[in-house]
Parts: sequence; C-alpha cells; structure tokens
Amino acid sequence: MERQAALLLLADGRLPAGGYAHSGGLEPAVTAGFVADMAGLEKFLIGRAETTGLIAAAFAATACARAAADDLSDLETLAVELDARTPSPELRKVSRDLGRQLRRAMSSIHPHPFFAALGTAPHQPIVMGVAAAVLGLGPRDAALAILHENNSGAAAAAAKLMRVDPFDVHAILARMTTRLDALAGRAAVAAEGAPADLPSPGAPLSDIAAEHHRRRDVRLFAS
Amino acid sequence: MHDETTTAPQARALRLGVAGPVGTGKSSVIATICRHLRDEFALGVITNDIYTDEDARFLKSEGVLPEERIRAVETGSCPHTAIRDDVTMNLMAVEDMERDFAPLDIVLVESGGDNLTATFSPALVDAQLFVLDVAGGGDVARKGGPGISGADLLVINKIDLGPYVDVDVEQMVTDAEKARDGGPVLALSRKHPDTVEKLCDWVREMHKTYAGGGHIPVDPGPMAPHHHAHDDGHTHSHE
Repeated sequence: MERQAALLLLADGRLPAGGYAHSGGLEPAVTAGFVADMAGLEKFLIGRAETTGLIAAAFAATACARAAADDLSDLETLAVELDARTPSPELRKVSRDLGRQLRRAMSSIHPHPFFAALGTAPHQPIVMGVAAAVLGLGPRDAALAILHENNSGAAAAAAKLMRVDPFDVHAILARMTTRLDALAGRAAVAAEGAPADLPSPGAPLSDIAAEHHRRRDVRLFAS
Repeated sequence: MHDETTTAPQARALRLGVAGPVGTGKSSVIATICRHLRDEFALGVITNDIYTDEDARFLKSEGVLPEERIRAVETGSCPHTAIRDDVTMNLMAVEDMERDFAPLDIVLVESGGDNLTATFSPALVDAQLFVLDVAGGGDVARKGGPGISGADLLVINKIDLGPYVDVDVEQMVTDAEKARDGGPVLALSRKHPDTVEKLCDWVREMHKTYAGGGHIPVDPGPMAPHHHAHDDGHTHSHE
C-alpha cells in the first residue's frame, strides 16, 4: 500500500525544519524587479520548478533510491554533483543550512542511523531523499516532497513580499500540481542513472540575485 | 560526523531566553548581563531579528563579548515561530555555539521583538525573562498574557523614565506581581546599579539551581484563565 500519509508529513510546510525563514529566491527576484505581479510570480515559480526544482527533485529521488537499498556509498558523490549544479556559493550554503535543519528535525522526529551518516552539512534534497526512504517512501515521493516544499515555501513568501490575494497565489499552486507530478516522474527516472548524469538545468539570474541578497542590509527572508 | 544534539540538562549550558515586545530593551538587558557576568561565566548569545541582524550588530559594537560568541538567526519575519512553533534554527544555533565554545555556562537567546503572547518553547530554553518597559505604558503589566504571567522573571525596564512618561513604577510592579501570582518581578534601569546587581543575582541563582539539577523548565504556555471584578462586585471569569 502506498505510504501517502508519510509523504504528507514530510512535505508539510509545518514540519518544524525552519523553512519559513526562506523565500526560495522570491525576495531577491522581487527586489531585483524580475517579479512584479501575479503573472510574474507564476512564471517565476514555473521557471524555478523546471530548473533548480528539477535538480533538487532528481537528487532527492536518487538519495532516496540509494538509502532504500541500504547503500549510502554514493552520497558524497551526490553532494559534489549538487554543488557543481549550484553556481552561487550563497545558494550552496542555503541548501546545506536547510539540509542540516531538516536532518536535525527528522533525526528527532523519526530517528534512524542514516541521518548521522549524512556528514556535517548535507544538502537539503539529499536529506529529504534519505528522510523519505526511512519513512518507507519511494524516489518519486522524495522528489514530490522537495518540489512541493520548495514551491509552496516560495509562494507563501509572496504574501509578505508583494501585493497579492492569497487565493490567487494558491490558484497558481493548483495550476502547477500536474507539472510537479510530471517533474517528480522525470526525477524518479533520472534517479536510476549515475549521479553525474542527473539533470542540470540552470537559473543564472537566481544565482546572481541570491548573491546580491546576502549583501543587503535589510531583508525579510534569509534567502 | 553528526550534529551534537545534547538535550540532557546539566550536560550543557543553561539556555536562557529573553523575550518581550519591540523596543523594551531586550538587547540592552543582554548587554548588561554579559558586561557584568562575563568574568564569572562562559557566555554565548544568539539573537533573532525580524529582518536584519541589527541586534547582533548592536551587541558586537558594545563589545560585551568576543564577536564570534554573538550569532544572529534570521527568522524570515516570523520571530514568534522561531522561538515557539519551529525552534529548529535557534536550537541548532544554540547547539553549534555550545559545541564551538565548549564548555559554556550560559547561552542567552534573544527573541525578535514580538507581542505579549510570544514566549519561548521549553524545547529551546530552560528559563526565560520577559522584558517590559515603563515607556510602553503603565497598564501593560496588568494586561497579563503568558510572558508576563508565566516567565521565570518579569523585568520592568527603564524605570528611570517613569516620571517622564507619567508611569507610577511602584504601581506597575504591584500590578505585575498580581498578574504573576507573586512570581518575581524586577524593576530595572541600567542607570541604577543596585537593580543591575539584582538582575545578575537572579541569573547567578538560576544558573546555580540549573547546574545543581534543581530547575525544571516551566512553559508559560497559553493565556492563563483570569478573573476580573466589575464595579458592581459581580465577578466573571473567562478562559
């Protein structure tokens, strides 16, 4: 039987892992003038899901598949490959900060020796993959969890950053559900291959905006 | 290697939270504690800011501790969440600090200024101060709320300003003691050394009790049921 409730637990924005302090790049994008209205927000979220979202999903799916097979030997390689797909030092740090937080939360919520094996500062998608595996979930679930968490986190930040009607924001999320399902499917397929062959689409403007964001004196979100 | 996740009391520093509304002097209280107790205790400070790292910068500029012992946690404009509903970021900041500067005696956690209902989760701190100030209005203490009624110590700060803002400090302290069922209330001004010494004594005593295993974290929790009497002598209660 599918472990649907475990997936909802893992993907829930209320999972106490500190995600609320981040806007998933929305604040830097709004500040830079890349996103100014609801149409811009929808394009931003779609662009993000199709680029860094797909990368995160593929790495979560791969980490999940490996952990489910009791094989953690590739995790270091996965971390290196994910670093290589994240040009911004700031975003590499954010990914590892969020990964540590998720690991800290999950190792208390659902203890498992795999969490200790993840190293000092594991990337968020890799922790998500391992957490999914120890909850009995599969690679596609892990991909969906990180896609949903990252997407809904950025969308929720819109309420604090822009003049929005929250119903309109959630309407975007509703329109994106089919897309996220498809991306999770692609990520699960990619997880069957070698780490070096995982998808690597880029989002250079987000990388640049993230670097500027870190240097700003006043910001609502950490990233 | 794994992040250390020591939660057993006495095996780690006393974790002391400082909460209270914006502008009541939380950073100043922490600076005061650091300045007066840094030679007695090994200290670390975690600040929470709503959208800057202003408080960490203030404490660093005051030179009350070596800069590396003051760290800021960004709360994404959710200071309440960061000390209550989802403490993971702060918990990790505290654990990192304790590990990086072991052994520490006390880690102070400053909440980002919030409203009267924001109190620390016992999962994050062992004891907490709630800071009000006279300039915020003499009636605030009477209003109660979980921080005022349930914190381990209520500080009424800036008492030297009382005459300038028409607040009767003694009355405010009396109101606060009533709201706290006799729990400790400290009238504080950094310009009155005797009150600063009382604050330091409270921290010393709390550390001693904690280190001796005698302190059990108390959750201020949600708003306590309370009563108030109307002029006609009729009393009602609401929860």
